[in-house]
Amino acid sequence: MKDVDALRDAMRRRGTVHRLSAAALAVSLASAGCGGGEDDRTAADAPRATITVFAAASLTESFTEIGRQFESSHRADVAFSFGASSSLAQQIANGAPADVLATADEQTMQRADDRVARSVTLFAHNRLAIAVRRGNPKTIGSLADLARPGVILVLCAPEVPCGRFGAQALSRAGVDVRPRSLEPDVKGVVSKLSLGEADAGIVYVTDVRAAAGQVEEVAIPPAHNVVARYAIAPLRDSGRSESAKAFVQSVLSPSGRAVLDRAGFQAP
Amino acid sequence: MAALAALFFVAPLVGLVWRAPWSSLGRELASREVRDALSLSLLTSTVATAASAVFGIPLAWVLSRSEFPGRRLLRALTILPMVLPPVVGGVALLLAFGRNGLLGQWLDRAFGITVPFTTAAVVIAETFVAMPFFVLTVEAGFRSVDQRLEEAASTLGAVRWTVFRRVTLPLVRPSLAAGAVVCWARALGEFGATITFAGNFPGRTQTTPLKVYLLLESRPEAAIVLSLVLLAASLAVLLGLRDRWLGAV
Repeated sequence: MKDVDALRDAMRRRGTVHRLSAAALAVSLASAGCGGGEDDRTAADAPRATITVFAAASLTESFTEIGRQFESSHRADVAFSFGASSSLAQQIANGAPADVLATADEQTMQRADDRVARSVTLFAHNRLAIAVRRGNPKTIGSLADLARPGVILVLCAPEVPCGRFGAQALSRAGVDVRPRSLEPDVKGVVSKLSLGEADAGIVYVTDVRAAAGQVEEVAIPPAHNVVARYAIAPLRDSGRSESAKAFVQSVLSPSGRAVLDRAGFQAP
Repeated sequence: MAALAALFFVAPLVGLVWRAPWSSLGRELASREVRDALSLSLLTSTVATAASAVFGIPLAWVLSRSEFPGRRLLRALTILPMVLPPVVGGVALLLAFGRNGLLGQWLDRAFGITVPFTTAAVVIAETFVAMPFFVLTVEAGFRSVDQRLEEAASTLGAVRWTVFRRVTLPLVRPSLAAGAVVCWARALGEFGATITFAGNFPGRTQTTPLKVYLLLESRPEAAIVLSLVLLAASLAVLLGLRDRWLGAV
């Protein structure tokens, strides 16, 4: 496994495109006999199932990669629905067919109420960062700069977790801002920045990393920052509860952990 | 089969009415954020309809009366926003009128005007999506005018503009009204292009459909109340059109 890790590290330095192939290679080596931590005991003759995973928009990149790992080591495919955690919880409470729910905070997980199995696991922490347009033309260096006139600021709507966290960070810093738009999910903020329509926004650290090259990161000091605690749970009425639990396990597994770390998440 | 089809259309509406919090209806409607969203929607969809009329009548006239190479292409381009996913329309508008867009960067440099995130952007998004409904309806109206009436007016000495204003326009008045109403209703319901191009800010760019979408996550009852208002508006529009569509066909 050490060779695999070294190889992966070497390839990672060359950029994102190679990162995916390195991960795929690592997984295929692991399942080819290196005997990684993945459990692969599903009956070989069972039909291939498809599980549906509802996950916070900020998990888009890392869960897509974990899903690819999962598919190659289990007899199941994963279909994702990414969106604002609050919106996903609302859809699940209204009966949307899903097997796993992963949200950007615990509070939202409770909104999906009785369909969530008792075993809710906190699997990652995320912090906030200021995202600025490429080249940082408005030379933004702190939360206070977001209140400067002439800075086009875009935040998440207060109804979604990233909007609530962003408001907390701003109030901790004692900054009063006038945003131009309150986007319905965190990726909306990133796209307004990468298209150059906004100058700055408050998003998760992981979103800035995922959009590296299109937006730049300005750190928020720990005293003002807010920690988002990501929760995952299989759903109680899932018809594929074995595969659903297995997917949760691969998110918690060392290789899942590695994907989350690379995306900028921290261990809970 | 017909009954099933009717049930399919009616069930969601009944669901909405059934879940409506009738006891708190008045309070929800009176809340400031709901009133802001409703009045912004009213304003922007009305302005979008007016803009569609100003630009749409000449376009409909050209499409119905003149023969030139590229007319069919022009017609296809006019209809395109009807079939384009509204979000794609919003992205296209950003690439044209955004701060870094084709025309937008020039507007920004020459006049310091940035369009996105303004109420004007909402009107532009709604006009983009709704105007085709107006143009198509009015074009059909122009085609159905008995051109002998216009010729008669000309032989009696009326100049072209007078013929258009005194003969043709009055004849297509029902089409103008129907086109305006459908256009207004489509603009009122616009979501995808608006949120992409204009963003979402209460009182400035947060129209009623955007408010419904966000309220559903925090206060579903309020979302249902707003949905009922949109439903009532759409129903009123269709009932107003019944003579044209359901009546003497």
